[in-house]
Amino acid sequence: MIAATENLLEIKGLRKSFSITTGLLSRPLELKALQDITFSIKKGETLGIVGESGCGKSTLGRCILQLIAPDEGQVLWLGQDLTRLPAEEMRKRRADLQIIFQDPLASLNPRMTVGEIIADPLRTLRPGMGKAERQARVVRMMEAVGLLPEMINRYPHEFSGGQAQRIGIARALITEPKLIVCDEPVSALDVSIQAQILNLLSELKDEFGLTLIFISHNLSVVRHVSDRILVLYLGRIVELATGDEIYEDPKHPYTRALLTAVPIPDPKLARQRNIDALKGEIPSPINPPSGCTFRTRCRFAKPRCAEVRPPLETLEGGRLVACIRWREIEIPEESEAILGA
Amino acid sequence: MSKVLDVIDLSVTFALHNSEVRAVNNLNFSLEAGETLAVVGESGSGKSQAFLSIMGLLAKNGRTSGRAMMGPIDLVGLETSQLDRVRGKDIAMIFQDPMTSLNPSLKVKTQLSEVLVKHRGFDKDKAVTTAIEMLERVGIPEPAKRANAFPHEMSGGMRQRVMIAMALLCQPKILIADEPTTALDVTVQAQMLELFKSLTEDFGTALVMITHDLGVVAGVADRMMVMYGGRAVETGMVDELFYDPRHPYTLGLLHSTPHIAHRQARLDPIQGLPPSLEHLPKGCSFNPRCAFCFDRCLEERPPLVPVSEASAREKACFYEGPLSYEKVA
Repeated sequence: MIAATENLLEIKGLRKSFSITTGLLSRPLELKALQDITFSIKKGETLGIVGESGCGKSTLGRCILQLIAPDEGQVLWLGQDLTRLPAEEMRKRRADLQIIFQDPLASLNPRMTVGEIIADPLRTLRPGMGKAERQARVVRMMEAVGLLPEMINRYPHEFSGGQAQRIGIARALITEPKLIVCDEPVSALDVSIQAQILNLLSELKDEFGLTLIFISHNLSVVRHVSDRILVLYLGRIVELATGDEIYEDPKHPYTRALLTAVPIPDPKLARQRNIDALKGEIPSPINPPSGCTFRTRCRFAKPRCAEVRPPLETLEGGRLVACIRWREIEIPEESEAILGA
Repeated sequence: MSKVLDVIDLSVTFALHNSEVRAVNNLNFSLEAGETLAVVGESGSGKSQAFLSIMGLLAKNGRTSGRAMMGPIDLVGLETSQLDRVRGKDIAMIFQDPMTSLNPSLKVKTQLSEVLVKHRGFDKDKAVTTAIEMLERVGIPEPAKRANAFPHEMSGGMRQRVMIAMALLCQPKILIADEPTTALDVTVQAQMLELFKSLTEDFGTALVMITHDLGVVAGVADRMMVMYGGRAVETGMVDELFYDPRHPYTLGLLHSTPHIAHRQARLDPIQGLPPSLEHLPKGCSFNPRCAFCFDRCLEERPPLVPVSEASAREKACFYEGPLSYEKVA
């Protein structure tokens, strides 16, 4: 039994680069996807990971699951470093660590029936299990995710996006995992279905005692599901804090800017709101700015920001922020304008 | 205010292998100069097909009936050659994915200037100058330099700006934007929505924003039309529909949307799935998912009518009681 406060997962100094070939004769470029990523996840919590496209949030999810091998650093699962585990050992661990993908239909094999798809992880990870037991588990799992068991022999194309995502969730849950990485699980779904799947995930989390990593570009959705939120910018952690801290008192200028940019489904608040629209777009991760990588879009940037890389500071209560000016840029009235509250 | 578009009884059908599907049914609405109308609905609601049909851009098996009057011209009946004189000039449309709408083998300035040469008779030099001015207007830095770029050399946000610039070159009376910010990052989306707001003000263009995102609607639109199963189910001013929805589907959409400012313990999703257009239920299309459904809803289809005699708001629902989930439970 793990104590409630114990860290299920610890990430230490994680780095990952990809090399980009630009031509036959030119030297390949190095794209630094993740740098100096250090944080931990407690058992039973939901950690949201947010950031814009190219910030490294999906790469991080895949590095945690060892679907992509990190270049450096440790991924400690209950103290055991997954990056050093022999392939056969890691295969056994996979029953504990599962993933749900964004595009539900693309992630299901069109030639397999729903029953076969959901049972597939059991075949690989629990080879000793008998057919009857497997079948019984599949039926139980279909019921748990809100699929009618009589659909067991149907094929993926007969299902809508929301139902297909339920199949993906059942497949992830069948091995009784402890941790599920949800990579944009509702982004491809209609609004009404999105809410159904979010509620389902939160019910299943309680029922099965899951720990979730919830990756999304949609801050409203992340706010809704997460206990703590990790904000990434160009492959680095810029802020990590509880959902309430992030939304009520963001410390990093980037977090602040992200929040003011989120569309609010409330016309009066939307009109009152002062949108502090960020200038420009994300710089290329192949040639990131010196010092603080956010400084080129930051309205609080000073010359000093170009010279030093801001360290990830631990503040009171354990929240993290990487900005050398966070103490100076406290503007309390503004936090009201951010949410229009 | 003057009407720039009057849509009367618009229907769209698609011929399938041996059947026919009605994607849009008897749509009636109008658009005033300079206003922003949000058209809201989920996949299969008919929101995109309705406007593709007005633009004459339906797939080959699609058929449009009804009228879409732009002044004295009915867009529905027009031959392609006549439509080409109007499209891009008086009415323009932009899409979610700018990469598929831009020609990958032509420089940005070539694509933009040919619009001006064709529709406004500019000579080439003047067309290029005007195109560069418009690129600057939509917030592209170093427009003269970027005009020489190919679409693949630009980011998604920049490409969408190019599309908007192209759509606005002839200062159209109507701009239809189909999920224009869905593929963009949230900070870039905020920039684009601000841009849309300032452009409708500066050019007096009427904007139709087709979207599933109620946050986007709240930020930019004056009026909204909610569609479900190929029909309009509620119309009115944005504030009216957000704070006092009269159709259970509108209420359901509002309750399904997570709100960043206050965290709800649970969302109240709409039960069930959106309908298949081939097997719409009898009576009201929303009845299998509706918490307020009663006998009449199963038999009769509710017409879209004003909510009260003097009101400009409309709804297609028989239920007259107050709409709130607490009352149902």
